[in-house]
Amino acid sequence: MKALRNYIDKIKPNFQKGGRFEMFESTFEAFETFLFVPNTVTTKGSHIRDSIDLKRTMIFVVIALLPTMLFGMWNVGYQHSLSIGETWSLWETFWYGFLKVLPLIVVSYGVGLSIEFAFAQSRGHEVNEGFLVSGLLIPLIVPVDVPLWMLAIAVAFAVIIGKEVFGGTGYNVFNPALLARAFLFFAYPSHMSGDKVWIADLANGQGIVDGFSGATPLANAAAYQMDKLPSAYDMFMGFIPGSVGETSTLAILIGAAFLIITGIGSWKIMVSVFGGGLAAGLLFNTFAVNPYMEIPAWQHLIMGGFAFGAVFMATDPVTASHTEKGKWIYGFLVGFLALLVRVLNPAYPEGMMLAILLMNAFAPLIDYYVVEANIRRRMKRAQKVAKS
Amino acid sequence: MSKVIKIKRGLNIPLKGSAEKVLVRLDKAEYYGVKPIDFPGLVPKLDVKVGDRVKAGSPLFHDKYNPEIVFTSPINGEVVEVRRGERRTILEVVVKTENGETEYEEFGAASPDSLSRDDVVEKLLKSGLWPYIKQRPYGIVANPNDNPKAIFISCFDTSPLAPDLDFAVQGEEEAFQVGIDALRKLTTGAIHLGLNADYPPANAFLKAKGVEHHYFTGPHPAGNVGIQIHHIDPIAKGEVVWTINPLDVIIIGRLFLKGIYDATKVIALAGSEVIKPRYYKLISGANIDSVVKDNINTDTDVRIISGNVLTGTRVDKNGFVGFYDNMISVIPEGNKYEFMGWIAPGVNKHSASRTFLSKLIPGKKFRLNTNMHGGHRAYVLTGQYEKVLPMDIYPVHLIKAILANDIDKMEQLGIYEVVEEDMALCEYVCASKTEVQAILRNGINTMIKELS
Repeated sequence: MKALRNYIDKIKPNFQKGGRFEMFESTFEAFETFLFVPNTVTTKGSHIRDSIDLKRTMIFVVIALLPTMLFGMWNVGYQHSLSIGETWSLWETFWYGFLKVLPLIVVSYGVGLSIEFAFAQSRGHEVNEGFLVSGLLIPLIVPVDVPLWMLAIAVAFAVIIGKEVFGGTGYNVFNPALLARAFLFFAYPSHMSGDKVWIADLANGQGIVDGFSGATPLANAAAYQMDKLPSAYDMFMGFIPGSVGETSTLAILIGAAFLIITGIGSWKIMVSVFGGGLAAGLLFNTFAVNPYMEIPAWQHLIMGGFAFGAVFMATDPVTASHTEKGKWIYGFLVGFLALLVRVLNPAYPEGMMLAILLMNAFAPLIDYYVVEANIRRRMKRAQKVAKS
Repeated sequence: MSKVIKIKRGLNIPLKGSAEKVLVRLDKAEYYGVKPIDFPGLVPKLDVKVGDRVKAGSPLFHDKYNPEIVFTSPINGEVVEVRRGERRTILEVVVKTENGETEYEEFGAASPDSLSRDDVVEKLLKSGLWPYIKQRPYGIVANPNDNPKAIFISCFDTSPLAPDLDFAVQGEEEAFQVGIDALRKLTTGAIHLGLNADYPPANAFLKAKGVEHHYFTGPHPAGNVGIQIHHIDPIAKGEVVWTINPLDVIIIGRLFLKGIYDATKVIALAGSEVIKPRYYKLISGANIDSVVKDNINTDTDVRIISGNVLTGTRVDKNGFVGFYDNMISVIPEGNKYEFMGWIAPGVNKHSASRTFLSKLIPGKKFRLNTNMHGGHRAYVLTGQYEKVLPMDIYPVHLIKAILANDIDKMEQLGIYEVVEEDMALCEYVCASKTEVQAILRNGINTMIKELS
């Protein structure tokens, strides 16, 4: 490591002010701090600092996403093998999915990080680690067959319009990964919905088993084809068509456990999103006027992107409520609204994305009222003192 | 024991090198210093020139805007140096002592009970002991013209490696009581002692008369007087309370018992880089080198801090013990690169988060250094500050209000209740590496400027 450190110290002046590659200062710094935690020491205030930093925080979310990513890769292969009626070995299945998903990840990180590096350089900032997470989230919430150029545009849209115009990581109002998906959904609807997009190569139709349908459970339910719904076991395990990383509730729960144990993800939000979803589901069950509303409340939680959204999207600390009380309210409304959109609005089979984006917009309002309540409490105390 | 107030939120940072309960009596140091920078917001005016001779209790400088508040020499000798910083701000006034008996200014012994409030105030002002009394809001030297609603004294310290105050006040029961008697003249309200409920407090505290006892238990900052005020009788807008450290109550007591400024106190020398961490009996303002010499690890770069590692001031070996400080901490400098440190399992790293393996080793003590452990970022994580600030306050919102310079919001969000030490843990745990204490002091300075 000593040799590497010496080499970095040797080339470093080239990238600093006045150096030959000054325009890559932020980029150089990003790679340097990736390799070595800098030797900066405290100057004022607390002399010691907690060992955690944003790099570690973000990388822990990435680790939490790995089970869903790996399962997603396998499932892409598995669904494809079903569609062509073949039986593949575990490795064949995974390898097929790996080759399908890897380009999505490469494009997402490539486009997103380039933009982040460019903005950091133009602002004279250090590169923020936020996109480490967004860059992996985006490939996991799109259909596997989404064209790479569309994905690239969506990522660029999310990073520039969703984040950088607000000032970068920490200042954005909307979850960038969801914005990318929303962009795709509205700009290229034919590639984001229907029965053909969820399974690799289903759209070009070669070698597909006769009568094979790629419909997702949500599409089945929306069409009132309850008999075609997969079993709850299959939905929980994730052996169903859907976005790359969203199908397996089990893999998502493994990630959730990791986030909760390490304290990186807010358990309050996760719990309250599921609570909100259950509440809406039970309400539907009570008034069940159509077959969709008869689906047991708990089944909604393992269908579509609900679990994935609850664990990885709603908990984004920047766009969720910042106050602890607010998190309960925010999460509950996300879960509740997701089911409302899903069941009552025929235009959108998946409500989670819209519910979270909507609540992103309302999170500051929730916080405002929570903080105002605190202020009123303090003012009351002051008035009591003034009277006595 | 009356009701115990349980502090649930907070964080104890287990550091290596806490002081063994052995008391070392130090000879007089060669140099003593009084530092105007120990007093936030003070604009000092010198009363002495280099070459002047002073006694213990002779004024060295005073407050430009409150000339009756003077700061006096803790020792007799010759003023040898006025160290200055940027724009000629006075950093330290240095007195070189002489051997032999200490010469004291005579202020006259008197029982506080026999004196009027004005007499007590005057005695404290003239002797230079007044600055030991701080006020809230703002954590600055108290204004002698205020009538505080109460005086708060925290009789235990929960900060990392903190000295055991019960040990430090042993044998000073009488002076402590006389000090309390003097303070009682200063307020029509109560004098509140905050005591640690986890073990029996020293007799000086327990048997003090004319005070109200309150018991606290919980992690740091339970021992901070600000947290105790918040739970006993919180400060509202327009109210003033005063605070003082118990060791300084004793110094005040001595003034009334003996009529002199005797700044002797017991302080702890602690930290992982101290060879034999112990308690020292010395005179406040002593040269650091006289305390740490031959007792610190010379193999690594070290940082010497007057005060604790969360709120103390960095000092050189030729610097001086701070006016309010009861300890000296010595920890390693962290000016080293660490390969892939952000992903390392971190058995030897402390964190309030649960992202390091060290979390799995209960009772582990750490040799923490001064590295920032990461770059400065915007706020991304939430809920970290709230976990370590046991107050009904939204700390992040307060910090943001200060950054936005929004005076109304600062007031509404509780800036009157906090000073740097209360939010020092917020700074420690911050993953975005925000300089919380510096920002808070800026906000307090804004409030002082705008509201006076």
